[in-house]
Amino acid sequence: MKIKVLAFGISKDIFGGPSVCLDMGNDATVYNLKYMLEHQYPRLGQLASYMVAVNNEYALPGDTIHERDEIAIIPPVSGG
Amino acid sequence: MKLRSSRRLAAGKINSRICSLNHQIQISSVPLNAQSAIDWILSPESGGIDVFIGTVRNATKGKSVIRLEFEAYEPMALTEMEKIVSHAAEKWPVQKILIHHRVGVLEVGEVPVIIAVSAAHRAAAFDACRFIIDTLKQTVPIWKKEVFEDGEVWVAAHP
Repeated sequence: MKIKVLAFGISKDIFGGPSVCLDMGNDATVYNLKYMLEHQYPRLGQLASYMVAVNNEYALPGDTIHERDEIAIIPPVSGG
Repeated sequence: MKLRSSRRLAAGKINSRICSLNHQIQISSVPLNAQSAIDWILSPESGGIDVFIGTVRNATKGKSVIRLEFEAYEPMALTEMEKIVSHAAEKWPVQKILIHHRVGVLEVGEVPVIIAVSAAHRAAAFDACRFIIDTLKQTVPIWKKEVFEDGEVWVAAHP
């Protein structure tokens, strides 16, 4: 399945744009996504931490990703 | 009843918002107005209001800051702020809660965030206000970039 991953803050700099598209197997998890992204973009793994959001909610590593989900990389937040 | 509208507001002003009778959450790209926040939060039942106003500081660790650039994942930022507001409203006897957050380029002295809470008694207003700003800084997907004379850095990105 093809998925689109939104990027914000420093992850936008790392991806070189506001989103990236990936081809993943069906039943892929958040863990699989992070593994694939860190392989393609090693700088992602050097961040203090980062989360993945699925459909506007923080996701856990074991959560499954579906084709039409809205997926976003959430690097350490610093609002306020 | 909750009115929810996103990107249907006047262009270049409020980007997105969640608003109900007692809660108002907004992300906007124009300067925030503390007086209008106070006007909205005041109610005849209030014994006090607590307002936190965040401001852009001119230095970080002794290094001069020229400006800050804020970016938000707006739909999720609204959802996360709504959770914080609900949590605060459950935890303390408060009347109204307001969060306004700015995005875009901010110069030194400008206001990135206003939190306002009204309550019958001040202790609840102080405690809820502090909880809201502290939690916002931990969970709401908004990012700031500090721009210095010789470079720029996304705050908190690296260990």
